[in-house]
Amino acid sequence: MKDYKRKNPAAKSLIMDRHNSAFKAFCQYAGRSMLLAITAIPTISIIFILFFIAKEALPFFENFSYVKEFFTSTAWTPSKDADPHFGALAIFYGTLMVTIGSCVIAVPLGVIAAVCLNEILPHNLAQKFKPVVELLAAVPSVAYGFFALVVFAPILQNHGGAMMSIASIIAGLPIALVSSVLIGEFFAAKLFGKKKSSAKKIFRAAFPCAAAALVFWGAAELFNVKISSGTNALNASLILAIMALPTIVSISQDALSAVGRDMREGALALGSTRFEAIFKILLPCAKSGIAVAIILGFMRVVGETMVVWMASGNALKIPEPFYNFFEPVRTLTATIAGEMGEADQSTGSARYHVLFAMSFCLLVAGLLMNAASQWVGSGMKLKKK
Amino acid sequence: MNKKLSKLLAITAAAALGLAFQSVAAQNKIVIDGSTTVGPISKAFADYYSENHPDVNITISESGSGNGVKSLMNKACDIANMSRFMKPAEFKSCVEKNIMPVAHVVAFDGLAVIVNPQNKISTLTLEQIADIYTGKITNWKEVGGDDAQIIIVSRDTNSGTYETFNELVLHKKDVAKNAEYVGSNGHARTRVNTTKNAIAYVGLGFVDDTVKPLSVNGILPTSKSISTGKYAIARPLYMFTDAYPKMGSDIYNFVTLHLSKEGREIIKDLGYIPVCE
Repeated sequence: MKDYKRKNPAAKSLIMDRHNSAFKAFCQYAGRSMLLAITAIPTISIIFILFFIAKEALPFFENFSYVKEFFTSTAWTPSKDADPHFGALAIFYGTLMVTIGSCVIAVPLGVIAAVCLNEILPHNLAQKFKPVVELLAAVPSVAYGFFALVVFAPILQNHGGAMMSIASIIAGLPIALVSSVLIGEFFAAKLFGKKKSSAKKIFRAAFPCAAAALVFWGAAELFNVKISSGTNALNASLILAIMALPTIVSISQDALSAVGRDMREGALALGSTRFEAIFKILLPCAKSGIAVAIILGFMRVVGETMVVWMASGNALKIPEPFYNFFEPVRTLTATIAGEMGEADQSTGSARYHVLFAMSFCLLVAGLLMNAASQWVGSGMKLKKK
Repeated sequence: MNKKLSKLLAITAAAALGLAFQSVAAQNKIVIDGSTTVGPISKAFADYYSENHPDVNITISESGSGNGVKSLMNKACDIANMSRFMKPAEFKSCVEKNIMPVAHVVAFDGLAVIVNPQNKISTLTLEQIADIYTGKITNWKEVGGDDAQIIIVSRDTNSGTYETFNELVLHKKDVAKNAEYVGSNGHARTRVNTTKNAIAYVGLGFVDDTVKPLSVNGILPTSKSISTGKYAIARPLYMFTDAYPKMGSDIYNFVTLHLSKEGREIIKDLGYIPVCE
């Protein structure tokens, strides 16, 4: 800069004097360090959280007999003064059950909704739908919990069987019909060859009829199911699925819209139907983005506290039989929230440390999932190159 | 530009100073934390008290008896509401932190065992209730009701209500594994109101016509049966302070409000039983 000044005296007026530029340089330096400090706050707080939770969980993990009980027993009586038990197996199972249940509901719904928003609906209509879906994320979780407890639980108790049979018809019938028609076509082509015949027609018609009958039979069976308690794993799973939907929908949609126009047009130009373009080209192209969406939705479900505390019933047992979603379960987060008040911090009791051991397990699961989503996400970028 | 900057700085400084002064001149504050059962009493007391003393600012949180003690020992609150007495360990850690807890019994509370109004049962013995909650009795027909599975609803282990019930009814035995846990008295009432075969226990103040209180050993929970000691599941409700409050101070006035005529009326209106008539 100095050389420039010496060579062009005329430019001097345009350039700040040395004092001014030193001040500017200082400002720049100060500004940069401030920004760095601001950026460092979340990173440092994560490290502190990790450190603190690990520190508080360590006294529990040091006692081997506790650790063995923690992972293998279902006896959870931490509040007893004499002979407390810290078996968290049922709690771990409850967390897993609610998480899987809500993912089974939310993932297909979310991905299908994203495909519909991005590929099928006209642009201006999709623009109206998307904010509404994202609004679901803005509803406070305690409001969801209140809904689950006051509105949804009684409905599930009184009309649970009817509700489920209707749901199974709505969801099951189209899937069963489409897949049975396809399977029918396949077998008809194998058995009868390409010739047209009435036998072939009847054979093809038999498949959807059988499928529809199967769905209706299942629905009739479900109709007679009696749900004794409305706050159960199914209630919590459903509400959590609704909460995870906005994450899954909007991130999957971003992933789908990131797939280039050329892919879409190429597929259609080569004569594929819209169905083929979506299922054979677009979804495989966007699969890492969709996987990230699913993982983030999954993490939302695992970490949710208020809803499961209010909706899941919080019973301390593994349902019988193990896949019974109509029984109340308890999750890790709800246990931590429920026990924290009485856990004696000042005396550093095992009851206090066991809650941190639970938080630690949740944190490790969260970090693993996060790492997985990073890994999957970077996989997407590499492929594009 | 420098002038503008200095002006801005001056304004900011002035604003900061103003804020600082305001916080110095803050009103008299009473911070209350603890039991959800004693919470309604504190709230009603606070409403009544701040009407007469508009300069006093009263903050009330309801986070459970255990959290109340914790707040008191960390000096985060002036009054800890508790629906059970302090445990020895809690007392000890308070003293270690130079807090001298003093108990003020503000009212009596009966735990009502409630069922859905559609339930045929209207009376149970203490042993039957204990058997239901420990899982020995699982069907209503075993105690003379319909043939339906009993849905056990319990308060969370964090609450003083749970501790009292566990001690007075279950004698510290474990609650059955299929019991559902809920986070507050109102929550328990909602579950029973909406679930035909549920049973739960709540503070007497929370009983209304949406649920049916059972008579225990033949005695219905009423203020008379509780204050005469006939009803089996009753307990005193406490407010704990750090040492006895200075006479005439706001905290003193607050924790002695239950002795006045108005205080007794408030307690009666809420469905609790005053300590003195």
